[in-house]
Amino acid sequence: MTQSVVIQVGQCGNQIGCRFWDLALREHAAVNKKGIYDEALSSFFRNIYFKFISINDTSFEIALLIDMEEGVVNEILQGPLRDVFDSKQLITDVSGSGNNWAVGHKLYGSQYREQIFEKLRRSAEHCDCLQCFFIIHSMGGGTGSGLGTFLLSLLEDEFPEVYRFVTSVYPSGEDDVITSPYNSVLAMKELNEHADCVLPIENESLFDIVSKIHQMTNSGKLGSTVKQSSLLTSSAGGINTEQEKPFDAMNNIVANLLLNLTSSTRFEGSLNMDLNEISMNLVPFPRLHYLVSSLTPLYTLADVNVPSRRLDQMFSDAFSKDHQLIQADPKNSLYLACALLVRGNVQVSDLRRNIERLKPSLHFVSWNQEGWKTGLCSVPPVGHSHSLLALANNTCVKPTFIELKDRFMRLYKKKAHLHHYLHIEGMEDTYFSEAISSLSDLIEEYNQLDATRGGPTVDPPRLKIAV
Amino acid sequence: MSIVTIQLGQCGNQIGREVFSAICNDFHSTHGLCYKKENESYQEACKERFFSEEKKTGVPVARAVLVDMEPKVISQTLSMADRSGSWKYDHQSRFCQKQGSGNNWANGYSVHGPQHKDDIMNLVQKEAEKCDRLGGFFTVMSMAGGTGSGLGAFVTQCLRDAYRNSFILNQVIWPYGTGEVIVQNYNSVLTLSHLYQSSDALLVHENDAIHEICAQLMNIKQISFKDVNQVIAHQLGSVFQPTRSPLGDLMESLVPHPEFKLLSLRNIPQMSENSLTYSTFTWPGLIKHLRQMLIANAKMEEGINWQVRPPLPGLPAPPKPSMNRSACFNTSLANLVIVRGKEVQSADLGSFRDPSLYTSWLNMQDAFSVWKTSRAFNKYEKSASLVSNSQFLLKPIDNIVGKAWNMFASKAYIHQYTQFGIEEEDFLDSFTSLEQVITSYTRL
Repeated sequence: MTQSVVIQVGQCGNQIGCRFWDLALREHAAVNKKGIYDEALSSFFRNIYFKFISINDTSFEIALLIDMEEGVVNEILQGPLRDVFDSKQLITDVSGSGNNWAVGHKLYGSQYREQIFEKLRRSAEHCDCLQCFFIIHSMGGGTGSGLGTFLLSLLEDEFPEVYRFVTSVYPSGEDDVITSPYNSVLAMKELNEHADCVLPIENESLFDIVSKIHQMTNSGKLGSTVKQSSLLTSSAGGINTEQEKPFDAMNNIVANLLLNLTSSTRFEGSLNMDLNEISMNLVPFPRLHYLVSSLTPLYTLADVNVPSRRLDQMFSDAFSKDHQLIQADPKNSLYLACALLVRGNVQVSDLRRNIERLKPSLHFVSWNQEGWKTGLCSVPPVGHSHSLLALANNTCVKPTFIELKDRFMRLYKKKAHLHHYLHIEGMEDTYFSEAISSLSDLIEEYNQLDATRGGPTVDPPRLKIAV
Repeated sequence: MSIVTIQLGQCGNQIGREVFSAICNDFHSTHGLCYKKENESYQEACKERFFSEEKKTGVPVARAVLVDMEPKVISQTLSMADRSGSWKYDHQSRFCQKQGSGNNWANGYSVHGPQHKDDIMNLVQKEAEKCDRLGGFFTVMSMAGGTGSGLGAFVTQCLRDAYRNSFILNQVIWPYGTGEVIVQNYNSVLTLSHLYQSSDALLVHENDAIHEICAQLMNIKQISFKDVNQVIAHQLGSVFQPTRSPLGDLMESLVPHPEFKLLSLRNIPQMSENSLTYSTFTWPGLIKHLRQMLIANAKMEEGINWQVRPPLPGLPAPPKPSMNRSACFNTSLANLVIVRGKEVQSADLGSFRDPSLYTSWLNMQDAFSVWKTSRAFNKYEKSASLVSNSQFLLKPIDNIVGKAWNMFASKAYIHQYTQFGIEEEDFLDSFTSLEQVITSYTRL
């Protein structure tokens, strides 16, 4: 059994992380009713006994909470999940990063390097076989983006064998942080160079999805069949019995993304899909490791006897524009590769039928016409009979990057706010030019792939055997 | 003669278990439909071939080594066998690690292989020493993943080095055309080219073909991997259950030249248990179908193209280099038909002795063999299996090489392999050797 270490950095990272742990505990409590620490659980938690909600004597050292202001982390420590986290695994400061990447990356980076490494090392020592670091952070702020990406290269140096998966929340166009384009582009360069896989998330998409769910459940269209307690969207019944916070529903979606991503390493299935298979199958070129994700069913109902039609709908939805976790339309862009991680009572014939059905409407790059990777995990999420996580390496991420670049350039041309960065020790102007050229290169790589679309595909001549 | 089975990776372990379970079911079946004495000697031979006996309880213990790089599948496999009550695995005879090969052939072949060689080969040796007479090794693996394919190719090489004179047969599962592993074509090319050097023969099952059998012949609506694996296990059982010496005679009949090692397996009849109750078969009918399945390259008795005929002697052979082989005549190098069941002596296989079915450079008596036993197999009153060294696999192998070559031309995914020491050169070598195989089979 392998383990993963979750590192949540900054306000956004910690809020999502908090939802993740809550849902993960509930998932394992539902599967493992006796409340005894089992193998599946050990992939995230290290402990002997574990009772749902009333957690005695429990500490999950396989988590690292980092924030440079104390608000969110303190809230977690006082909240119902307090027993989940070992206070030794927290790193906080009081002054915050002031939405400045340089403060997070350079200042706090050098200041906390030893401390962070020490705690990571301790976490790693508790693992039987450490497979993956999950970093959860946002791109727009200072701590998540700066310190979060500092961590990435630290991990690469110190744990080169361990995969680095990053869940990055990208700022939206109407972001209230004025320097967010700087922070994001500076962070992007680090992601380009040091991450194995990045799962980009946009708040706008999460917001759209959540409002759609509310609309569906409140309009009564679906009647009483919608399960209010469905794990995917509601935190009712979870550890968090207080009033639901506004971002909880949105953060739940991201938390579920991580749960589904790791389901196959935690539970049995007829076609296992280990985490190391994700980058192997979905990353054809080292830098093109941005995976667009979608989760279904979001608001379709789940009952035990799933008619085939509804199951097929789940597959169709995963490719539709409004189920993507970023503002993107994979159907009208080019697929480099696609993975389907299915949970629950779904068989290989269901998978095949749906791939055959959906394939004609999708464009795959010429050298990977059959670029499908599939996994079947037999344990569904709580409250559902089945679920699907689709991960697409698709050129549809490009618009997000282009927009980011444009917003960066608007500021950078005027040299606006640059001095806030440049007065931080170790920060130089070249960081900005290198970061933007790294982003431009990435966009260009996607452009080149897009250019192959629709053109005549001539197969390269095969080797000839002389007779 | 005993066979030591080596199950590698998720696919290999799942199928291996189904094979032992199919063999055990057949062993216990009361439908032997033959004389008591014959049934007894059949059971005796079957036991010696696949099982040793637990000293205290007398429970049959599979002669198998289970290998995987992650623990989940093996622990599931062991406990399923234990629960069956009729046979079990030796729990000592397994090797697993904590983290899988991640679909990366290079990881299995160049990292896990050398790292765990001694442990795995020790287990193999222990199993081999349990056999009074070792007939050879049977490895079960998929081509698509990382452990079965990469580690499987490595282990096969080690077997060849350590047991120079033993037969090695590799059961290779050909992945679905789409949707299992994206790098499956790379992994397959590397696997096939390496196995071709160290194995005596590769017995191939295509998931797509078996899936069709499940849908059309077995009438299964929601097909699971278990269903697919059970069909494969049934087919394998129909070859391996006692008639002649399992591996030696098989190789002798089917692999007359080291350039031709690809074997495929067809059997008839195959149907759900419900339909079986209401069906009767005649030997001429079964054999006629099986022969047409051979020459028309049909994967099952349903939907055979009856238009395909062998070329008439004296006439120029019809043009065939086109890769659209669906309507093409399938030329054989060598065939083996195994018939089991009632009135088996009356089964006339003369139609398989037609020289026009075969390539010209082999004598008829070397190109075709028949094994017969009146012991019925697995509830089928009469059944026939065809193991064929023919152009059956030409199209699938050409497909896989073509797709892998396209991907290779764009250099996609290569960095994943070079990080574990498999370089572009190695890919080129593998491509070359498979193009050679394709050319050889095309020229039959």
